[in-house]
Amino acid sequence: MAPDVHARNGDEAGWVGKSVPRVEDAALLAGRGRFIDDLGTPPGTLHAAILRSPHAHATIERIATEAARAMPGVAAVLTGAELRDLASSLVVGVKAPVECWPMAIDRVRYVGEPVAVAVAADRYLAEDALDAIEVRYAPLPAVVAPRDALGDGAPLLHEGFPGNLASDRSFSYGDPDGAFASAPHRIGVAVEYPRSACTPIETYGVVAEYDPALDAYDVLANFQGPFSIHAVIARALRVPGNRLRLRTPPESGGSFGVKQGVFPYIVVIAVAARLAGRPVKWIEDRMEHLAGAVSATNRSTRLQAAVAEDGRILALDWDQIEDCGAHLRAPEPATLYRMHGNMTGAYAIRNVRIRNRVVVTNKLPTGLNRGFGGPQVYFPLERLISRIAATLGLDPLEVVRRNLVPADAFPYRTATGALLDSGDYAAALEAALRDGAHASLLARRAQARAEGRLYGIGYAAVVEPSVSNMGYITTVLTAAERRRAGPKNGAQATATITLDPGGAVSVHVASVPQGQGHRTVLAQVVADVFGLRPAEIRVITEMDTAKDAWSIASGNYSSRFAPAVAGAAQIAATRLRERLARIAAVQLNARPDELVFAAGKVFSPGNPGNAVAFSRLAATGHWAPATLPEDVEQPLRETAFWTPPQLGAPNDADEVNSSLCHGFIFDFCGVEVDRDTGAVRLDRYVTMHDCGRILHPGMVAGQVTGGFAHALGAALLEEQSYAPDGSLLTGTLADYLIPTAMEVPELVILHYETPSPFTPLGAKGVGEGNTMSTPVCIANAVADALGVAEIQLPLLPSRLSEALHGAESSPPRREARPPQAAPGERALFGSGRAEVDAAPEQLWAMLLDPDLLARVVPGAHNVQRMGETRFQAEVTLGIGPVRGRYRAEIALSDLDAPRSVTLSGSVDGALGFGRGRGRLRLEPVGPTRTVLTYDYEAAVGGKVASIGGRLLDGAARVIIGQFFASLAAQASGRRPSLWRRLLRLLRGRA
Amino acid sequence: MSRHGPAVLDAGQRHPVRFTLNGRTVSGEAEPRMLLHDFLRHVLGATGTHVGCEHGICGACTVQIDGAPARACLTLAVQADGAEIRTVEGLAPAADRLSVLQEAFRTHHGLQCGFCTPGILMTLDALLRERPDCGEAEVREALSGHLCRCTGYAPIVKAALAAAEALRETDHA
Ligand code: FES
Ligand code: FES
Repeated sequence: MAPDVHARNGDEAGWVGKSVPRVEDAALLAGRGRFIDDLGTPPGTLHAAILRSPHAHATIERIATEAARAMPGVAAVLTGAELRDLASSLVVGVKAPVECWPMAIDRVRYVGEPVAVAVAADRYLAEDALDAIEVRYAPLPAVVAPRDALGDGAPLLHEGFPGNLASDRSFSYGDPDGAFASAPHRIGVAVEYPRSACTPIETYGVVAEYDPALDAYDVLANFQGPFSIHAVIARALRVPGNRLRLRTPPESGGSFGVKQGVFPYIVVIAVAARLAGRPVKWIEDRMEHLAGAVSATNRSTRLQAAVAEDGRILALDWDQIEDCGAHLRAPEPATLYRMHGNMTGAYAIRNVRIRNRVVVTNKLPTGLNRGFGGPQVYFPLERLISRIAATLGLDPLEVVRRNLVPADAFPYRTATGALLDSGDYAAALEAALRDGAHASLLARRAQARAEGRLYGIGYAAVVEPSVSNMGYITTVLTAAERRRAGPKNGAQATATITLDPGGAVSVHVASVPQGQGHRTVLAQVVADVFGLRPAEIRVITEMDTAKDAWSIASGNYSSRFAPAVAGAAQIAATRLRERLARIAAVQLNARPDELVFAAGKVFSPGNPGNAVAFSRLAATGHWAPATLPEDVEQPLRETAFWTPPQLGAPNDADEVNSSLCHGFIFDFCGVEVDRDTGAVRLDRYVTMHDCGRILHPGMVAGQVTGGFAHALGAALLEEQSYAPDGSLLTGTLADYLIPTAMEVPELVILHYETPSPFTPLGAKGVGEGNTMSTPVCIANAVADALGVAEIQLPLLPSRLSEALHGAESSPPRREARPPQAAPGERALFGSGRAEVDAAPEQLWAMLLDPDLLARVVPGAHNVQRMGETRFQAEVTLGIGPVRGRYRAEIALSDLDAPRSVTLSGSVDGALGFGRGRGRLRLEPVGPTRTVLTYDYEAAVGGKVASIGGRLLDGAARVIIGQFFASLAAQASGRRPSLWRRLLRLLRGRA
Repeated sequence: MSRHGPAVLDAGQRHPVRFTLNGRTVSGEAEPRMLLHDFLRHVLGATGTHVGCEHGICGACTVQIDGAPARACLTLAVQADGAEIRTVEGLAPAADRLSVLQEAFRTHHGLQCGFCTPGILMTLDALLRERPDCGEAEVREALSGHLCRCTGYAPIVKAALAAAEALRETDHA
């Protein structure tokens, strides 16, 4: 593209490359942002609340919704049965006889899976209605670890995925067998990469409406793309794409990939709107988000390398087991294949063997998350580099240097098919060591170690892919299956520039920003083309599939904005400028190619006095279309579609150029591990980026710093963790820990620029790289500090102190019998004692009297006697932030009147479930005085179990204490004084 | 906290709530269980205050109640009756002008998506008023009650320190 006209501002260099203030900020800083929950809704809009499964795996035996439907303000209740009538299954990511519903139909497969939706006049009423929905579950055994899911006799999630295996593909590139046979060393690592999620601070939101006359849906959602999902949603709603208008709000409160995962909820809320006959709005709450939004995949990897004596890697052998959670919903298993072209990282390794398996487990389904597949690949790969160095007695830097792709090899085709566009990895690495003061870090380590402290240094070199090939995911199919399915490839970017009758410029893109400042950068790019100021350009980034130019690759993911979308805007603007130049040439009596666009004017440099105002020229198409030279198209509006030719479909050898651009990152850091606590302190962190041409330095710094903070969380704190029974253990932000300003240290950011030859502006993506490099860089440093070979994320103090001091011995049991919890369930147990002013016989009678029980069981509303020794009750209990209603069933057994009795029972509610038993003994200590002693054991699951064990233990003691206190009060015919109640509580403590 | 003395509130009923919001008296009706952020956003239409967790961790909902930062998600609307409340909408001195703190956020890229920003501004605004000489440690400590997923905090710290300095200079001028 050789422009034949020139644009210039007062400053020759132009606006691109400068940190201009963001146009987005003034409104956001003043509280005038327009996020989805800030926008008005049509009159009559109803609000939805979602009932979710407390079980990891269970069949749904019955859902009773009559009581909920009858509640005030409730308009409709949607269950799986209605959903099945009005919608179709979502697309499954592989070919298999499996369905994937956005809401449970007759079986739940993870904690948090939607089971019913209540639609009411406001959200408070909708949540009230959830309490009245009764679901009867028959729990099934669950499986949570990917290797366990493949084991014999593992619980099966889907009949269509025998052995829980959804896909199993093997690949071979070069001659891995030969390389492994002849190499002097074989060195490997085993990694269980944990789950984490980027948790944007704004949660999901959907407003949906259905027009029965047109059989069309209109949806507003803070969805981020890719818009290939539009086709998935339309299909699930059983309408053609032109009957699904999908719009996004002007602002979105962060995404990092996560807001791709709102799409199953778009289907659910759209169907709820159809059922209710009114618009329906749903704003996800944080606990729903943590349990039911989306997670990155966890992956179990065994990576082996054939290594030469000098540390050169001759071949890699990857064995990856990807855990996509309970459903394999499109675009998964994309996380596993996004890196397929980059499985050799920044290294020139010609022989590669890969086995990729995808399994399903009883956990939240996975989807896009910042880094998407990168952290799972680079953790084993860069741990391997460090293991090779340790095994061969080499400096890890030497191992990196000997394997890097050489500078003269670009563009470099990797063994697995990626075309690395540009770079000088070795030079960037040396620059990082020099400018990042690596030598002083070595000195700090030496000194710390001399003082007996645990200090380590870690390194990581990664290639950061951006602008995904829409066809990479088809690598999961065999070449024959791909031929049958037809080719998929490319990465269409679109941009539209409009000139209005006043000559003002607007830009429309389908980029759906989530805080990255797209409007500012586009204004810079287009201002440069037209010789205007960015403030004069209006940029619209909210998306409307009914009116905008878009394609399946539209949206905000795979760091495609700067390399692709900004480039498309430049192309559209340049085309308009060429037309305008030809019109101006006639007016100015000059050649079009000599005209300059600068400072709001168009003129020929030889005669700047003879100029035409840009706005006047730009309005020509509106006011005087007849005056246009014959062969000039109307300069009104121009849409550019841009797809890079380098992104072809995977070939028959399964080679795929999975991404267009490849940035390079080299990180190193120094950490100190506290010998007593195992806490990691980051002493210094240096990150070197080659992200091609930098369009806005301030925003690039922002992306790098933000990505680093995410990565730091993944390295040190964050894990979306499940107990072995599938209970979610990280259901609140008090359990799922996100770094705060206290944990994120200052970062040293360095740049080395090699512009991409494949993108219009020479830019590459930059927002994801640190999520790939940082976790393993820190882990390498911690391994160096501790001198250990084996290290897993997150690097929690408890885990590291185990490496330092050995495993902690289990605490002494406070009672002889072990609690009755299944492995992994949250077990509670305790015992206590209370004295009551009543005879044993009197107490005994009370225990068998439902009315009296209703008065003494904390929170009980409605106690019914179901049989001689069986009771049923409704109980409201609040534990920490989780307050809910439960149905309790209690049975008395081993009755030895009036001396002892066993109470066993279960509770079940939307927020959790539990079962337990307790033995109660009554001993007279006087004619009207009895000593009660008791012990209990219980196991709980569901949301209550996810709020944290300390809270639960304490709450159980308080509740049981309350029970005895009010039993005593009833027995002695009065309410005890506060003082006595406290005393009894204390005495009743386990 | 009600200024009208202890009142008996009925769970099923709406009760009048009246307070000062950014210097103006506002009123509406709320059931006792309605949270302050819902009242601000959906009854009064003041949507600048955001909600990120509704369980007191993220800080997005932070407003100032009688001058002190407080979580709107842990406050009932009826508790705010009679109080003086300030939200992000009250920070700018004029519709076309930003406060020193807001301006510092813009200059130092202290925001990306801007969703956490209103709460952070309310905490920092109070901090800079109470502790004009605060340094980095104090700023970080105050920020530790907020979660931001976009910025990595460094630019927010920078913006806060720059604002503190600018405010000190104008005070001395
Ligand atoms: S919404 Fe109040 S602290 Fe998160
Ligand atoms: S700017 Fe997005 S969460 Fe802070």
